[in-house]
Amino acid sequence: MKIDRRSFLALSIGSTAGIHLTPLPWKLMDDMSIWTQNWPWTPVPQDGAASYVNSVCGLCTAGCGIRVRKIENRAVKIEGLPGHPVNDGRICSLGLSGLQLLYGGTRVKTPLKRIGERGAGQWQKISWKQVIDEISKKLSEQRKSGNPQTLGAICNSDRGTTSHLLNRFLTVYGSPNFLRTPSVQSSYEIATTIMNGSSGTVGFDLENSDYILSFGSGLLDGWVSPVRMIRAHSIWKDKKARVVQIEPRLSHTAAKADQWIAIKPGTNAALALGIAHVIIKEKLYDKNFVEKYGFGFEEWKDEKGQTHKGFKQSVLENYTPANVAEITGIDVAAIISVAKDFAKSAKPVALCGSGDGGAPVNLNEMMAVHALNALKGAINNKGGLQIVPNPDYILWPESEMDKTASKGIQTERVDGAGGKKYAQARSLLNRLPEVINASSESPLQTLLVYNANPIYTMADSVAVKEAFSKIPLIVSFSPYMDETASYSDYILPNHTYLERYEDSATPYGSVQQLISLARPVVDPLFNTKQTGDVIISLAKAMGGHIAKAFPWKNYRACLEKTLGDKWKTLAEHGYIVAKKDKAPDTASAKFDFAAQAVNTDSKNDAVAPADFKPADLDGDVTAFPLVLIPYDTMRLASGFVGTPPFVIKTVGDYILKENDSCVDINPQTAAKLGLTEGNKVILTTPKNKASVRVHLSEGILPGLIALPRGLGHSAYDKFLAGKGVNFNALYAPMTDPVSGLDMTWGVRAKISKA
Amino acid sequence: MSASDDKLQEGATDSAINAVSRNHEKNEQADNAGGIVILFFIIGLAASMIVGWIVFPKLLYSQKDQPISFSHAIHNLEVEDGCESCHFFREDGTFSGVPKLEQCIDCHEEVQGESADEAYFVEEYVNKGREVPWLIYSRQPDCVFFSHAAHVKKGEMECNTCHGPIEDSDNLKPYQENRLTGVSRDIWGYNIGGFKKNIWDRMKMDDCAECHKKSLGVKDACFVCHK
Repeated sequence: MKIDRRSFLALSIGSTAGIHLTPLPWKLMDDMSIWTQNWPWTPVPQDGAASYVNSVCGLCTAGCGIRVRKIENRAVKIEGLPGHPVNDGRICSLGLSGLQLLYGGTRVKTPLKRIGERGAGQWQKISWKQVIDEISKKLSEQRKSGNPQTLGAICNSDRGTTSHLLNRFLTVYGSPNFLRTPSVQSSYEIATTIMNGSSGTVGFDLENSDYILSFGSGLLDGWVSPVRMIRAHSIWKDKKARVVQIEPRLSHTAAKADQWIAIKPGTNAALALGIAHVIIKEKLYDKNFVEKYGFGFEEWKDEKGQTHKGFKQSVLENYTPANVAEITGIDVAAIISVAKDFAKSAKPVALCGSGDGGAPVNLNEMMAVHALNALKGAINNKGGLQIVPNPDYILWPESEMDKTASKGIQTERVDGAGGKKYAQARSLLNRLPEVINASSESPLQTLLVYNANPIYTMADSVAVKEAFSKIPLIVSFSPYMDETASYSDYILPNHTYLERYEDSATPYGSVQQLISLARPVVDPLFNTKQTGDVIISLAKAMGGHIAKAFPWKNYRACLEKTLGDKWKTLAEHGYIVAKKDKAPDTASAKFDFAAQAVNTDSKNDAVAPADFKPADLDGDVTAFPLVLIPYDTMRLASGFVGTPPFVIKTVGDYILKENDSCVDINPQTAAKLGLTEGNKVILTTPKNKASVRVHLSEGILPGLIALPRGLGHSAYDKFLAGKGVNFNALYAPMTDPVSGLDMTWGVRAKISKA
Repeated sequence: MSASDDKLQEGATDSAINAVSRNHEKNEQADNAGGIVILFFIIGLAASMIVGWIVFPKLLYSQKDQPISFSHAIHNLEVEDGCESCHFFREDGTFSGVPKLEQCIDCHEEVQGESADEAYFVEEYVNKGREVPWLIYSRQPDCVFFSHAAHVKKGEMECNTCHGPIEDSDNLKPYQENRLTGVSRDIWGYNIGGFKKNIWDRMKMDDCAECHKKSLGVKDACFVCHK
């Protein structure tokens, strides 16, 4: 027997034939197909029982009700809560993507202490016990030096128990420096205090208006409560209400409005006064309201007996349609027709505050626009502007003060708010960098940052960073590694809004008096703590009268005690709508057309509602021939919360192309500069410069360029960081001479080819 | 013809004879070689059949025991609602599948009886609040959508039509997992050839289609199960 080549051939043929007579090849083929359809590295959602938790969205101030679907202990979807007074089952794209902020990669997972240079990103993990110990010791030492007012806090709101706890901590420590992130609400607060004599929350009954005169408010671009506004838009269409949008750029709001009036930026007050002129001249105003509730419409005398021109006379003399047309660049006929339409409508309303309402407005414009509402009696009436009483459920006993605290709290606020110059303002965060940078030693030695990201959201990022670098101790409570958290010394991460209890009150723009309670949807994922608990722990660690001012065991106990009999309802339903009091009493405080509080001769910067004071932009016109204005889009979050990955994917390539922000520019202007669509250019302002791309748009006035807000982050994750340009980095704030708030509506700029 | 010619002829004959005998030897050799080839063919055939039918399944599947022993038979006697006592439908119509510790605790908060396994279960899982990491025999791969409600509620099928007479089993058989796909062996069935005697012997697509064809008249489209 000889084994040769053929034997092996026979063996292999036999094996091949044999293997095909077994299930092996067929079974393997089947297994391969199962394997390839279920790659083991692809995550498979957990299966289990579904449940829903009702809560409140915490991503903007609108306070929409949410319903979160869970599978076992994992939240899988956020939906709008049906029946909720703000959103009734609807939700915006940001709210919908909230789970990415819970489970995403930008969370700070444990308390951190900086070990490298500030902002270098070198951190050391630290226990809660130790971090409270270290910070309370530092604060005690600082207090012993006799300057408790050098402790400051920045917070997005002065409402809700956490903000109140923080404010209370500052008070008993001895500091008046609780700083609130400004918004259009800050401007309205001041304007209504001056003109209505009350500073409630300003709301707009837009659903019931039949004529909406919007001075640049991005009603459909994320203004105040995007979900409510999209619904209101449908109501306007059904009811044939008329929307007139006044702004230099064709925003979504302008495109969806019945009329778009392209106005020269910064001249809104003049147009409002021009409209008032026509209404008064044609005697179309609400005589009953003006005579019964108005002051200063006709000639008036001040306390010294000096006679002043009334609103009526000033407006009739100075703001003829022809004058206004010249200032604003709008046709005389358009001014007259808008004025007549507004006046002849049954329930008109006028409002201002550009874009999503994140930025304040100059007082001059605010008062002029507000006066239009008064002319038509659209104040505290159906369809008009309503002043909703401020929430009053947080009633804690006065805290005991020691000598240091009593002395410290008497010192003037670091931002000058409520002082001689800016008597009406409650908080002027925008002035902080200027004040710190002007002094050799920072007037704030410790800064606590809660629900705010000032390094990103404040004007002139370079100056803000410089100011922050002079503050020896910065403590951030951010749940995310945002710009400010990355530039702090300690991060004491809060739970995200889906992991904590948090109360909130009537949002700006709402006409309902609302208290909402967010509750934990899932157990905290990481070693984080509710900031309220941290403040209570800090106070307890400091001992003495400071500890005494915080008698609660923890934040939850404090919240339950504070809400009292409301707790049960809130814990069950998530919100309480307060019953409306009797018809609003307008007579008790007259509408002050003269704005006496800020219109006296003793003030150099006197401002009257009937005056238009053009605010000139910084910079040389020849060097910077263009004007850059910001705009908001619903697809980008421009506040302290970063845009989550899902939402950034919805941004069009006329806003963000690859990693470049696009600027809107009129083809006429572009042709003069020799630019075409998509060109990469260098955008220079007196403060900064940036690389952007050109987007040609007929929807912007020649000579202007527009940049979206909400891009240009350096922090957060790879989906957001390094994309586009931050408008806030390109301008220096213009301080309103009376309110002290930032009133920037644009900045001079030039464009050169890259 | 000369002598030399004769010689030549003889020589030629000799060589012819030699050639014939050589041919004969060759034929014999060829016969032998053919046998060897067939032998090798058969060896190949047989070996690969052994590999395919016997060795391959042993290599393909790993075997694990369930974390604790469990008798469906005993439990079935104790409960009132049959299978649905523990494997129930949730309010929203979804099927709970394997019970959670929560259901077990209803009866097993304290040790029942004297078995060591029971004591171990209460100590290790109930007292510590840990879920039992059951190995699930009938879990389909993730690419398959299956609704118990459609079959049991709407189709009024019995559990054991697909799961077999599990209610009579005294213990849990070892769990075999496909090393390639991670899927339980119960899906393909214990017969590696895919042959089945009972409906519940296999849970592959063809088995679904077969029953759909019988009861609904159509095998159904891909998207009925592959969403």
